[in-house]
Amino acid sequence: MGLFDFLKAKKNTASIAKDRLRIIIAQERSTLGGRDYLPLLRQELLEVIRKYVNIDAEAVKVDVVKEGEHDILDISVALPDERASAA
Amino acid sequence: MAEIIVVTSGKGGVGKTTTSASIACGLARRGKKVAVIDFDVGLRNLDLIMGCERRVVYDFVNVIQGEAALKQSLIKDKRFDTLFVLAASQTRDKDALTKEGVEKVLKDLGDEEFDYIVCDSPAGIEKGAFLAMYFADQAVVVVNPEVSSVRDSDRILGLLASKTRRAENGERVKEHLLLTRYSPSRVETGEMLSVKDVEEVLGLKTVGVIPESGDVLNASNKGEPVIMDMESNAGQAYDDAVARLMGEERPMRFTLPEKKGFFNKLFGG
Repeated sequence: MGLFDFLKAKKNTASIAKDRLRIIIAQERSTLGGRDYLPLLRQELLEVIRKYVNIDAEAVKVDVVKEGEHDILDISVALPDERASAA
Repeated sequence: MAEIIVVTSGKGGVGKTTTSASIACGLARRGKKVAVIDFDVGLRNLDLIMGCERRVVYDFVNVIQGEAALKQSLIKDKRFDTLFVLAASQTRDKDALTKEGVEKVLKDLGDEEFDYIVCDSPAGIEKGAFLAMYFADQAVVVVNPEVSSVRDSDRILGLLASKTRRAENGERVKEHLLLTRYSPSRVETGEMLSVKDVEEVLGLKTVGVIPESGDVLNASNKGEPVIMDMESNAGQAYDDAVARLMGEERPMRFTLPEKKGFFNKLFGG
């Protein structure tokens, strides 16, 4: 700090930046459906389903879709062709 | 298996290529066998920063499309015997890269006993950036202490946690922050986000802080990655970052303003 720095008084803009970032990033993380849990959820679903039915890794699809105001967790599982699995 | 490290950021111009080049050199200087790949098809630049632009004969796309063998496309670095550059294609469009093609190149490099593969990502979140990160074991997210860069980094962190092979297998890509163009004096006066600010906002630890330095431009002018200049603060900071990536503990340097003389203190400077 120089002796004459008070003449050019500056605002603490870094703290403004930090506050703005905190808000926008929290908002974007929530609208993008969260960062982490979808792939893990998908993997765990796959493991549970495989206890009962032998399915491909690609057969489980997990997505968050927006419908109006609501977020819907959309899970679809394609079961294998019965004749193919019996053969 | 080779350890795959993607250098990414979302935002352009924050220092991805500078960082890729320096990390690759730093790893090679520690005796590792390293390949550094430019994923920015159409806007090749890693070759310039590495100083091998006149020796590019075949590129990444040639290898993927089977027009050249991997071995003849790898450009051997003049400084280190164990460092190789794979240039991006300058003429093709981004669709020339395919997931299967990239996977095969990475696997073949692993078979050639490379220890590390550094993937220099293009800016943005399009196909090139996606493919650069898809197979990564670790990610170095390059960020400037500035609002748009920090926000874009958060988007990239979201993609690393969902759109990568590791994420699809229920694992995590090991993520690191690397701050570039850091100005300790501006942080002290409250004009720039601090290391701690960025870590708190992104919820991630820093693997390196590279101070703003004229040496970075001098280095790219010469085609000599700045880590080769161990006189410079930026070069030393990159060397610390590489050591930390390899698991060494090193105290953070160059994050506090340099001590000023009496005259400067009195009049500001």
